[in-house]
Formats: sequence, C-alpha cells, structure tokens
Amino acid sequence: MTTTILGVRHHGPGSARAVRSALERLEPDIVLIEGPPEADALVPLAAEPDMEPPVALLAHVPGDPSKAAFWPFAVFSPEWQAIRYAATADVEVRFCDLPAAHGLALDGGRSGEAETAVHADPIGALAEAAGYDDPERWWEDAVEHRTDGEAGHGSVFEVIAEAMTAVREGHVPDRHEARREAYMRRTLRQAVKDGFRNIAVVCGAWHVPALATLPRAADDDRLLKGMPKVKVEMTWVPWTHGRLAAWSGYGAGITSPGWYHHLFTAPDRPIERWLARAAAVLREEDLPVSSAHVIEAVRLADGLATLRDRPLAGLTEVSEAVRAVLCEGDELPADLVQRRMVVGERLGHVPDSTPMVPLQRHLRGEQRRVKLKPEALGRNHDLDLRKSLDLDRSRLLHRLGLIGVPWGTPRETRGKGTFKESWTLEWRPEFDVSLIEAAVWGITVEAAATARVCDLAEKGAPAHGASAHGASLHGSPAHGLPGVGLPAPAAGAHRVSLAELTALVEKCLLADLPDALPYVLGVIGDRAALDSDVGHLMAALPALVRAQRYGDVRGTPAAGLATIVDSLLTRICTGLPTAVTGLDDDPARQLVSQIDAVHSAVALLHDGHGEGGHGEGGHGSGHGGGHGGGQRTARGIGQGSPRGRWLATLRSVASRSDLPGVIEGRLVRILFDAQMADDVQVRMSRAMSLGHPPARAAAWVEGFLSGGGLLLVHDSRLLAAVDGWLTGLSPEAFVDVLPLLRRTFGAFAPPERRSIGERVRSGTAAARGGGDGGRGGTGDGADHDDERAAPAVRTVLEILGRA
Amino acid sequence: MTVLRPHAEDQYADELAILAKDDDRPRPPGWRLSPWAVTTYLLGDPDHPGGVITPKYIGPRRIVEVAVATLATDRALLLLGVPGTAKTWLSEHLAAAISGDSTLLVQGTAGTAEEAIRYGWNYARLLSEGPSRQALTPSPVMRAMAEGRLARVEELTRMPSDVQDALITVLSEKTLPIPELNEEVQAAKGFNVIATANDRDRGVNELSSALRRRFNTVVLPVPASAEEEVDIVSRRVAQLGRSLELPETPTGLEEIRRVVTVFRELRSGVTSDGRTKVKSPSGTLSTAEAISVVTSGIALAAHFGDGVLRPSDVAAGILGAVVQDPVSDRVVWQEYLEAVVREREDWRDFYRACRDAS
Repeated sequence: MTTTILGVRHHGPGSARAVRSALERLEPDIVLIEGPPEADALVPLAAEPDMEPPVALLAHVPGDPSKAAFWPFAVFSPEWQAIRYAATADVEVRFCDLPAAHGLALDGGRSGEAETAVHADPIGALAEAAGYDDPERWWEDAVEHRTDGEAGHGSVFEVIAEAMTAVREGHVPDRHEARREAYMRRTLRQAVKDGFRNIAVVCGAWHVPALATLPRAADDDRLLKGMPKVKVEMTWVPWTHGRLAAWSGYGAGITSPGWYHHLFTAPDRPIERWLARAAAVLREEDLPVSSAHVIEAVRLADGLATLRDRPLAGLTEVSEAVRAVLCEGDELPADLVQRRMVVGERLGHVPDSTPMVPLQRHLRGEQRRVKLKPEALGRNHDLDLRKSLDLDRSRLLHRLGLIGVPWGTPRETRGKGTFKESWTLEWRPEFDVSLIEAAVWGITVEAAATARVCDLAEKGAPAHGASAHGASLHGSPAHGLPGVGLPAPAAGAHRVSLAELTALVEKCLLADLPDALPYVLGVIGDRAALDSDVGHLMAALPALVRAQRYGDVRGTPAAGLATIVDSLLTRICTGLPTAVTGLDDDPARQLVSQIDAVHSAVALLHDGHGEGGHGEGGHGSGHGGGHGGGQRTARGIGQGSPRGRWLATLRSVASRSDLPGVIEGRLVRILFDAQMADDVQVRMSRAMSLGHPPARAAAWVEGFLSGGGLLLVHDSRLLAAVDGWLTGLSPEAFVDVLPLLRRTFGAFAPPERRSIGERVRSGTAAARGGGDGGRGGTGDGADHDDERAAPAVRTVLEILGRA
Repeated sequence: MTVLRPHAEDQYADELAILAKDDDRPRPPGWRLSPWAVTTYLLGDPDHPGGVITPKYIGPRRIVEVAVATLATDRALLLLGVPGTAKTWLSEHLAAAISGDSTLLVQGTAGTAEEAIRYGWNYARLLSEGPSRQALTPSPVMRAMAEGRLARVEELTRMPSDVQDALITVLSEKTLPIPELNEEVQAAKGFNVIATANDRDRGVNELSSALRRRFNTVVLPVPASAEEEVDIVSRRVAQLGRSLELPETPTGLEEIRRVVTVFRELRSGVTSDGRTKVKSPSGTLSTAEAISVVTSGIALAAHFGDGVLRPSDVAAGILGAVVQDPVSDRVVWQEYLEAVVREREDWRDFYRACRDAS
C-alpha cells in the first residue's frame, strides 16, 4: 500500500499542473482532497460538461441564513484538477477536511483557518528563509514557474513536505486545526481500512507533515469527540474570479486570478503570450500598440527579472513592462489591462441537475411566510403598506427585482397615496435559473439584494477611480503625449450616473436594505465630490431629500442620508454662483426649474438638523413651493442651517448684475417670499429700467411672477410690492413697461386676471391682508387675534408633522 | 574655489568608488558599475561593506529598477512626472553611476536648435579650412555616442518637434551621419539617452509617436506618504532658509504638516482619512511648490510677522498655488474650505486665515 501526500498551494496554477501530472503518473485508486466530506456525493457533477469553473462548493445550514461557507475552485486550483482527474478516470474521491457540519456549528460560518494562516504562514516563513520579501513571489519562483518535465514534479512535492516539516517544527496546532488534521488522518485510515492500495492525498502544504505519520487512532478520536454539529446541506454554485479572493473555505485569497488562469492554460512562453494578449486588449481600445512594443516589453520584463535575480519574469515584472512600454507610462490603459486581464472577470456555470441553492430555498420560505404563491398566471395584488404582512410582501418583491427576478411588476394605480402599492405577480420558469445565477450574491434574498446593490453602485467606482487617478496624475487626459487619451467610453462604460445612484437609494429604502444604504451613500458622496456640473448635483438633491423623508414614513432608518444631503447642498451652494452666468435662454429656464426644485427640497429639510432637530421647527415654510414663509426670518433660518446657507447663496447671487433675467427675477422672488429682500421695489425698477433690453426685462418679470396669477390674488404682500412699484412709475416709464407686463399678465387665465383687478380695486387695506389674505399676512402684523388662532395653528402644525 | 553645486559624480565620488571596488556582478559593456550596483547607489544601502551608501532617490524601488533595466536593454529612458518629482535629479545620478559623467546634457527649450542634438560648426575654421572634423563642433549627444556614455536630454517636450525628431535616427540606428564630410559617428557600446519631460504642462510640443515608441516611459510619482513628504519639505525648507540667509524661525512643523496635508488632499482628490472626496485643481501642487509656499511663509513671518510661522503666513501662498485658473480653481478651493477645512476642529485659525485671504 502506498500513500502519496501532495502538498499544494491553494489556487496555485503550478501546483495544479504538478498535481495533475503526479496523479496521472501515480494512477491512485482513491483521491482524498481537503474539503468538506458532505460534498462527496456532489463530485460526479464536476464531470458534467456543463460544469464550468469558477464554481464553489457551498455549505449552508437550512433555516439559518447566517451560517454558510464556500469552497471556491478555479480551473487552476489543484483541488479542482484532482476532482476532474478523479471524475474522468473514474476514481473515487473523498473529501477529508473537518465536516462542514462541525465547522459551521463551531464558529458560525467562518472556518477558522483564516486566523491560522495569519499566525503561522508557512509560505511566509519559507520565503523569508529564501530571502524573499514577498511570499507569493517565492512560491512562484520555487513552484509555479517550474514548467520543466514530470521528473521535477515528484521531487517538488518531496521538497515541499520537507520544508513544511522544518517550518512546522515546534508548532502546536490550535484546537480547530488539530481537529481538522485529526479528521484528515481519520479519513486516511478509513481509506486504508476500506482496502484502497494506492492513495493520493491533495491538501494544503501546511498539513503535509501532520498526515505523513499517523498517530494512534484513539488520540484522534478523543480530539474529535463531542464536537457540536448542525444539519448542513451542500451544493455547487457558480462563482466569479473577482470573488475568488473573498471566501471562507481555504486559507489564501488571490488577487490575480486572470494571471493564474493564463499561467495554467498557456502551453508555453507565458510572458510572450501574455504581453501579446495585452497588446491585443489595448488595440481593441484603439490604442496604437505595435509588435515592436511587444518585443521591447518582453525584453524589459526579462531585464527586470534578471535585475531582481528571478529565474523568470513574474506578474510584477510583466506589469511594469506593460506600463512602461505598452502604455507609455500612462496609468489609464495600464488599469484597463489590470481589470481585463489580471483579474479577468469570468463567471462559472453549474449543471441544471445541481441541488437547489439556498437562495431558492430561502425564497420558498419567504413566499410561505408572506403567503404569496408562485403562480404562472398573472395576478394583481394591492398592498397596504401600513399592514406588516403587505409591507413584507412589498419588500420581498422589491428585493427580488433588484437581484434580477422580476416576479412582481409594479402597476400604475394610485394617486398620491404612499401607503398603497399595486403589483402584478407572474412566476416564470426562467426565474429559477436567475435564482441560481443570483446565488453568487448571497444565500438569502435580502443578502443577495444587498450585495447586488453594492455591486451596482460600485460598477461606476472602478472606472471613475481610474479616471480620477489619471486626472490627478496627468492633468487633463489630453496632456499632449500620444496614446494617452483612452477613448472615453472605455473608461466610462459602466459608469452609473449620479441620478441613477440616487434612484438606487430609493430602491434600497423600498426594499429595506439597511446594509446596502451606507455603501451607496458613500459612492454618491464620492461621485458628488468629483462632479463639477452643478446641474447634476441639483438634479440629484431632491430625490435624496425625498428619500430622507420617505424613509421616515416607511420606518426605514436612513442614517447617513442627512450627511450626504448636507454635503451635496454645500457643494451646490459653492458651485451655483459660477453656474448661473453665460447661460442661454433655455438653459437658464432649466436652471430656474432646478433652483425651484432644490428650493422646495431644502424647505423639506429640518433646519439645523443635528443640533436643534425639530425643536425650532415652528415656522411655516415647510410646504411645497416654499413661498409664503409665515414667520420672520430671524428664527430658524440661521446661517448654519441648510436653508439659511441656501438662501444666503441665493441672496449673494441675486445681487450680481450679470445674471439672465429669468434667473434674477426668480431669485428675487424667492428671497422676497423668504422675507430676505426688503428692496424688492428698487430691484424691480432697476430690472425694468431702460438700461436693460426689453427681452431681459420680460424674462425678469416672468421669473419673478412665475407660479401663476393666483399667488398675486392671495399673497397680499406680493401684490402690494408689485402694486407699489407700478404706481410709483412715471407715466412715460409706465408706457415703456406696459408691453412687458402685458406679456406676463396675458399668460394668466382670465378669471385670475379679474380677481387681481378686483383685489387692486378694493384698495390697499384689503391688499394689506384682509380676512382671506392668507398666509402672507401673519408676518406683517395683520389684524387677526393670535390667541384665537393658536388652536387652529397647532392643529395645522400637527397635520404637517411639525408639532 | 568652491563651486555652488558640484556634479553628482564629484560629490559622491567616494560612494561610487566603494561600489566599483566591491562590484563583482557582470557589467554591461560601457558601464562603470553593474546594474545591481547602480540600483544600490540610487536607493542607498546603510550596511554596505565598504561604507554607507546614502539614498539618492527616496521613492518606490520599482521605479529605479525599471529605469536601470531599461538602460541595460539599450532602450532609451523617458522620465515623466509633474515638476518637483526629482526627474532631473534621478537622471543626473543615473548618468553619474552608469557613465561616471553627468555633464553630457542638452537642455530643451523653445530655442533649442538641431545643433544641440547633432553637431555645429566652428565657422572661423570652416571658412579657413573647409569642412573637416576639426571644424566640426560636436553636440553632447554626439560626444556621448563617440565615447559610449549616457546623454541626458532635459525637458524633451519643450524642444521644437523638428529638433526632437533629430533623436529618432540616433535612437533607432545608433548612428549620426555627417553628410558634409560623408562620414558618420557610430555609437560605441554604453551609449544611451535619458530624457525627462513634464507631463503636466500645457502647450508643450508633443512627442511624435515614432520617437515615443523608442523610449520606455517611467512616471515618477509624488511622495507616497504624508510623513515622507513632510520630511522632504521640512528638510529642504531648512536648507533653503540657510542659503537665503533668512532669520532663524522656530520650525513650524505643524504649519508644514498642514500645508503638506492640504496639498496632498487636493492633489489626490481625497481627504487624508479617505472619507471625503474633493475636486483637484488645475495646478500641479507638487512637493516643490509646497516647499516654496513654506519658504515664503517663513520669509513673511520673519520680516513682517512675529517670527513664528502662522496660518496667515501660509494662507496667501496656498491660495496662490491652488488657484491657478481664476474661475474653476476658485470653486475647487472654496468647496475644499467649506467642506473639509471648516469641519476640522483644530484648523479653525487656518480656516479663518484662508477665508481672509480669499
């Protein structure tokens, strides 16, 4: 009987190659592989043609979504090669690590090896002994780059075993590690007992010495006795290269899966092939890269390897060559190569016969919980979000939509009620496939949706990170040296716009994903900081403010939203003064509507939130348009409050003389409504005076009186101001402005015009705030009795939620 | 006579001698030192058996390795970077270590003529003797070719394009024809060119792609960590203060740290705690500029202030360095002031000083 122990580096392409050829040479009758034994039954699936790495073994505890562990495999993983060899050669495979049933029961989903690998990094110790500062490199030099004949491979495993014995000398494994190795030995003994003659063990190099000699079985049994256990189910799920680094099954994450994949698949001359591929990638982006470039890049990589005393150029040398020669020093295309090739995103695939993924199972459970059956026939549901069952249903449907399973489609029904939602539910068979694909995101619907949202938000991040980097390093992208201006679409292809991000925030709130929210908000903050177009920021703000308030309504805590809103407002306040000049008619009108939108959004913000909270929310400016501030400015609109800052910005902008008329008129009006402009009549005269061309004056009036004639009827202060200005005009000036006024007033509906006329005719006293003068009157010391009005005011405030 | 600034090969002659003595690795033809020894010379080695080798370039090791490997493959080396990232410094020391001679230098300006790359004539001799090798005035590049040394071209992108293109033959054919004499100068082994260029300036003459592809490009980064930059700035400020004979001021390390922080944050577009993104202004905000802001601040404090470096002394300098474009940079600066500086508790006085200055 022979037992061969092949110590590997997890996810090392060199190890994978060596394992494959060693197995082909040994022709064992059983292969033991480090991994959860519960997966033994799943091995045959690995041989199916539909199975395409990267895939992962997933262990989960049914009913407890917090407990799950993944064992990912790429095509260049030694374990995967061992599985594939065994599956094709029809050799039995047994996984020999501690069962996931114990692992998950012990530490709630995180296999303990992460810590073990840190406190006793065997590769690190060996690399240090060999004089390498980077363990990865040492392993690459010693094992991964040994592409020599098969004779070398057997000896490689012997050398590793020997070295590991030296490294482990004096090491006392902690409890968890001891148990794992005890279990490996037990599996080995069992295999011997079962009559296998030629046994091959594939495990992490670290464990080799522990398996080389078998102590008494009783010792191991004692170690393994009395471990907690949970019920565990296993399945295969598709995996991605990007997630190879984030896993919990084995010890070492890798950051360059694409490079490893290349090393494993390239038959020969890996450096030349890699650089030629990099050239092809750059050419796809229309960057001029010639064969001469590739030749020089190979030479530089080789030269660097010599200078660094390495036998063969590795990833660092090749990357330097790509940057210095192919990309001519530019970071942007170098990042592109990094993304496309070094990471090289790749999505695995599992056969249809794979057992159900926990996400499906979780969804079944959720469907039972919220009492919604998957039916192929479309059915309509009206949800009342005040009921907790309906709220849960709505959340589930929103979450499913986010992970690409649009089971429910929202229907347009309601008017304005935020408590009602209408859905059409229709289950289609392809949703099951989508669920399997979505399994990579998480094992519960909520976790998957959270991960998906973070990913969506991040999609913009790498590209914008790269461009920001490029900008800070090289000034403008067109800084004059050829070949540096990467075509914009390439860099910004996945870019998510600021508005889409804010929409994502709303979706997070609808789907109740509190964990995703801070992340999305962080991305928004970053993007807002770099966006120099105030228009974008202004477009994004109202949605965020809405989300902030809506979050309150739904009971979703929207922590962090306030901070983002505040910083966004700060940036708008700083940027607005430069954005208002040099505008044409249409952009100016557009900006006015944006200013209006921001203004009403700002009115929704609680003044001085963070300090005073609701404490001083007594003023009545909280309604939609923000006009008719019923209270004097001094209170509640301090310099520090958002509203105060916003109005201060508007005031400083309004005083400038180079604004388009429509904007200035609108700003003066806003300030007038906020009672921050005492000299409206002076401003009005100035705007209407002969110094301005008629078109501008007309635009000014249009801006000032926008919002319709009804306001003139009901806002006596406004009417008085206009009236005062008009009656103060000299006869000649009146004739001059008459056409302009006609243009504005002509746009009002006839009944409005009539009411305005009646209002004016009934005299100043009425205009000064008669009984129905409304909101504007309060501040002007109108003739009502405060005491008698108090209960009514209180009721109104309560309705507005401001009491 | 003491020169104001000795050449690198003279100033560090003893270190070069030590390295040459102990250097037993193979040397490329024409090289004074092996590539390994050149790397050691540039990066320093406190434990070298022959004596301490001081670091000449403080920065990532890979930069130096790529540069040396490039020169060893007989490709020309192009050092790119914003002003103040030690491009010239690195090229001078590379030439000193490899050829033992850093003086074969062509300074690129808008007025650089082709003679600076190829050759000129001594017209008195040309008229009296006719065209001959004696009447010919070789350029630094031509001499470097003949002697197998490194030629340095400073500010390559400032030269007119036609002068730049004179380098193409030199770099690809490694020969310089002299049609007047029906002769040519062929490069001896060891010849190579190190060029520097500023990649932040506008209005430079772009390199033609034919020339560009004859260079390996190394981009020199700005200092990696704040501590490193504070160290460089304060050391350099102290040196400058001495040579300008400014009155002694207490070292305002806190103020220097602040200037460096502001520069780094605006340059990198993110605050030092990594939490807030900020816009970057159009200026370069190099370490060199930080040095000059602090130096002028010290001058202000010494001559007009109370002798201590205060926020108000550096505020105006920072404003001048940041706001290069009066419109867009001002927005950037205001935003930075309001969103970042205002939030910092212990930066109150600085915030006020900046508000006053702008």
